[in-house]
Amino acid sequence: MSSSTEEASLLSINGMRFRWPKASTDCLVIDSFDLRRGETTFLRGPSGCGKSTLLSLVAGVLTPDQGTVRLLGHDWRQLSSARRDRLRADHVGYIFQQFNLLPYLSVLDNVLLACRFSARRAGQAGDVRQTAQGLLERVGLKAPEWRRHASDLSVGQQQRVAAARALIGRPDLVIADEPTSALDEALRESFMDLLLQVCADAGSALLFVSHDARLASRFQRQLDLTSINQVVAAAEVTP
Amino acid sequence: MKALFSLAVHSAWNRRFVLSLVMLSIALSTFLLLGIERIRSDVRENFSQSVSGTDLIVGARTGSVQLLLYSVFRIGSATNNIRWSSVQAVGQHKAVAWTVPISLGDSHRGFAVVGTSRGYFEHFRYGDQQPLVVEKGKPFEAVFDAVLGAEVAERLGYVIGDHVVLSHGDGKMSANDHADKPFTVVGILQRTGTPVDRSVHIGLDGMEAIHLDWVAGAPLPGMAVPADQVSRYDLTPKKVTALLVGLKSRAAVFSVQRSISEFEGEPLMAILPGVALDELWDVVGIGERGLLAMSLLVSLVSLAGLVAVITAGLDQRRRELAILRALGAGPRQILWLLALEGTLVTLCGLLIGAGICAMAIAALGDVSGSRLGVALHLQAPSLSEWALLSGVLASGVVASLVPGWRAYRLSLIDGLSPRI
Repeated sequence: MSSSTEEASLLSINGMRFRWPKASTDCLVIDSFDLRRGETTFLRGPSGCGKSTLLSLVAGVLTPDQGTVRLLGHDWRQLSSARRDRLRADHVGYIFQQFNLLPYLSVLDNVLLACRFSARRAGQAGDVRQTAQGLLERVGLKAPEWRRHASDLSVGQQQRVAAARALIGRPDLVIADEPTSALDEALRESFMDLLLQVCADAGSALLFVSHDARLASRFQRQLDLTSINQVVAAAEVTP
Repeated sequence: MKALFSLAVHSAWNRRFVLSLVMLSIALSTFLLLGIERIRSDVRENFSQSVSGTDLIVGARTGSVQLLLYSVFRIGSATNNIRWSSVQAVGQHKAVAWTVPISLGDSHRGFAVVGTSRGYFEHFRYGDQQPLVVEKGKPFEAVFDAVLGAEVAERLGYVIGDHVVLSHGDGKMSANDHADKPFTVVGILQRTGTPVDRSVHIGLDGMEAIHLDWVAGAPLPGMAVPADQVSRYDLTPKKVTALLVGLKSRAAVFSVQRSISEFEGEPLMAILPGVALDELWDVVGIGERGLLAMSLLVSLVSLAGLVAVITAGLDQRRRELAILRALGAGPRQILWLLALEGTLVTLCGLLIGAGICAMAIAALGDVSGSRLGVALHLQAPSLSEWALLSGVLASGVVASLVPGWRAYRLSLIDGLSPRI
């Protein structure tokens, strides 16, 4: 691997194989998959094809049985679990499908939480409170809402707070696991605009997983998980 | 750690209703624990303060604890008295500096009447070798003079010059009143915090005088002796209940004790108050330990409640754990988060319990002093109380590791996809 691709490569998966404990067959077999810095990628796949598992492997919460998953050149499998947690805190922002926020914290504290677990992101954010407030305004939440409890917000507002949290401190990679599936169409469009814009502002790569193909055209790169996961490919080929 | 602490506080506050119930149960068990410990130590304190400077207590042969209890604490009653000749014989022993006879058995409205000599006010010591102080008036001189303990005067509202009627025995039968021979209050003692406060002191001659016309515990019909006639009779007591003895030198205490127990006139025994008190604690200690063990069990039960509540709540919090994991919290941090929460609840429970205990002592300490004779004092926790508190806290921390461990397991199993 040349040094230039090493620099540009944010995430690289090579010869990876993952099987859940006690499962009889592999869940994911991926020969090669790369993400470059700042790239926005749409990963499509039907439910139950291992999307969430792949995201856990990318975020270093799970480690593969074989092969490598590297984030910024670090092989997750080579790191201790404490190092994995730190690397994730420093470089990965994560947006769940829904229920992203701790219900007992205020909107602002939920955003600041990302900086609490990562000194690096707190450092990059500068004045963390000000940055968090700026991001919240950016995603359309005005000052009176910052003090509210996260559980008092609408689903759309919650997802926007989650986006602000995922982006504070400019992580290198933002992972979004079907973040729009709980939103109606109008909200979905505005959320997508916002998410792509703030990712671009922060220079963060976005790995966006969804089964909703209508969103795909907004991304620089579109992929189908079934096409890169050889387990599924094999299953489809063999009748 | 600071981030975890603030998270734990917020998270606990979010579930404050259930957790405050657990906290309350911990607070009550702490109250119980501290209360029992405080009563125990203050009872001991009160007892050991009650007599000092008395080297030996002499009485008819009985148990040494029993002799101590009735002669000093007015608890229980003597089975046998000692003859006046024996009292005189002990007083003549060459090692004996002073003797103070004590004659018990009568009462005044529930307070014990102590027949004694004037030497009582001179020789009796309590606490740290403190002498009795006559706050108002003077010690008794005439036959029908009485000196009241502070508590008696205060509770019954007596002043110098008032007349009091003593009752034979415990005063439950009015027929047994010595109404024909009332006593005059001539002195009131300063408060001592000992049974002296709850005693009516009269001279031995007065004690003899009111029983002149009594035989075998009842007035003799047709034999009444008017009060102004008593001086015609010999008022030297024939028997007393016990004898307090002070020695010239403490070194002689065991030889005097032996010679008293070998006294040929009648069977006597002499006890060292400190030794008898230790024997008493040996007996009482069993009960004390039982109570303490019981309240420790109550604490354990309340901590078990803590574990149950936090652990049961975990299933609803698996989403929360996944969010924290995604933000970079490790399973170990999740463990500490839960352990911290349990520890905080335990700590608050302890503080509230200690607060309730302090308030209860402040509010009821005086009442218990006057009603039960055990004054409770508000003071900084003693060493043993600190030990109990830190023991409960340590158990709380250990107990909190249980939900912590469960959360650790859950966060490993769930990762970013909680199975709810």
